[in-house]
Amino acid sequence: MSAINVSGLRKSFGSQTVLDGVSFAVEHGEVFALLGSNGAGKTTAIKILSTLLPAGGGTAEVCGFDVAKQARKAREAISLTGQFAAVDDILTGRENLILVAKLRGVKNPAQAADSLLDRFGLTDAANKRAGTYSGGMTRRLDIAMSMLGSPKVVFLDEPTTGLDPDGRLEVWKTVKELVGSGVTVLLTTQYLEEAEQLADVIAILRGGKIIVSGTLDELKKLFPPAKKEYVEKQPTLEEIFLAVTGREGK
Amino acid sequence: MSKTGVLFGRLMRHILRSPDTIITVAMLPIAMMLLFVYVFGGAMKPSLGENVNYVSYMLPGILLIAIASGTSYTAFRMYEDREKGIFQRFASMPIPRSAALWAHVLTSLVSNMITVAIIFAVALLMGFRSSAGILEWLAAIGILALFTLTLTWVAVVPGITAKTIDGASAFSYPIIFLPFISSAFVPTETMPAAVRWFAENQPVTSIVNTVRALLNGQTVGSEIWVALAWCVGIGAAFWALAVRSYRGRGW
Ligand SMILES: Nc1ncnc2c1ncn2[C@@H]1O[C@H](COP(=O)(O)OP(=O)(O)O)[C@@H](O)[C@H]1O
Ligand SMILES: [Mg+2]
Repeated sequence: MSAINVSGLRKSFGSQTVLDGVSFAVEHGEVFALLGSNGAGKTTAIKILSTLLPAGGGTAEVCGFDVAKQARKAREAISLTGQFAAVDDILTGRENLILVAKLRGVKNPAQAADSLLDRFGLTDAANKRAGTYSGGMTRRLDIAMSMLGSPKVVFLDEPTTGLDPDGRLEVWKTVKELVGSGVTVLLTTQYLEEAEQLADVIAILRGGKIIVSGTLDELKKLFPPAKKEYVEKQPTLEEIFLAVTGREGK
Repeated sequence: MSKTGVLFGRLMRHILRSPDTIITVAMLPIAMMLLFVYVFGGAMKPSLGENVNYVSYMLPGILLIAIASGTSYTAFRMYEDREKGIFQRFASMPIPRSAALWAHVLTSLVSNMITVAIIFAVALLMGFRSSAGILEWLAAIGILALFTLTLTWVAVVPGITAKTIDGASAFSYPIIFLPFISSAFVPTETMPAAVRWFAENQPVTSIVNTVRALLNGQTVGSEIWVALAWCVGIGAAFWALAVRSYRGRGW
């Protein structure tokens, strides 16, 4: 049984068809990237999978639970980090974590919060209001909140959109750490580079359908090899160093 | 139930961290009370009778104004939770969907009762005296709580559906104004016929008269039933509307 199983998923808003028969499966422990431009329907797909929006057709299962018919069971298995960070600005980072821990029925909320603060490098900011956090920190807190209650599947909707380059690197590091914990991740992104960095499997969503999917290597084989271009390259400091010491050595 | 409690705790923490909410909500009615008592009060005497304590007379109307402006903050807080994706986060968690809604309703009830207590305290300093017994007090507080609940359900609808932050709290402006065209500050007998008819048949007058009678130890007539019917009727209608829009929307 796959961690996520989507088959023939459809959704329209009025006369606009956003998902037009989307099918894919994500295996346990895998990081799956749904790559698509703005308006492709990524958020719509995530909302259906996280039981926030009813599908117009097709089926979607998370850990074997149908998101429409067994919504409650599905919610126990998942966690959502939406496109816009949903942290409470007035509460501190620690209080945000404790809040979610209590809602998810975690045994020792304060302890669970502290260990996540440590793991996500937020211990110093733990008692500051989340409203004072930088974009990258807010996103990290947001993702940390999604890790409470040990969900099996985590949805990350455009986790780095709107972040500065530093924030993006911070979040990438965070996501890579998640993967070590064995959780299944479905993330959406507009950036090929992000998908390359984080995902085991990449699927491209366009025109309401998955037009291509596979591992990075498989995708590369589908496209003609990149044209070779010769560009005059400035030597790096390291190359200069090696060159100099190498000559000295001879 | 316990999840509602956790979410209620979160919202109360919001209020305690921005006490300006409670202060702003209590400030305006208190300023009005000062204005009416110390500026207009003298001019009111002839139509009220010499031995009427004007602070006690207008206190119920002031309390209703405070509650009307207080409940607009519920619409405001719900709008914010919706905009910031907080509702969405809760809706994707294994907790009853109604918990987030009831937490807001409970918060509204508690914070408005705090405001009411503050205004009662200021009124006491200004000379408000009550000859009500414990039962009358309980009945008066009960009606104010019911009125709060009614307006809270009215507030929840724009809280869930409004497209702008101003749209979310706009509902409260006409409600804040209603006490002025009622028996809250002057007897309705002094008004022109059409205005008087409106004043005597709109919800605020029956609620004001009932609370006033209870607090002043006067006999409470059948108006209490009119007051209760208004509150329960409007509250039930907006509760149904609120629950429908809450369930109907995609998160
Ligand atoms: N609730 C909605 N009502 C109407 N149209 C919507 C709604 N949600 C999304 N859409 C439309 O569906 C399309 C896909 O949106 P979305 O899933 O948010 O795309 P993405 O996340 O890939 O940027 C967009 O054209 C958007 O305008
Ligand atoms: Mg999106």
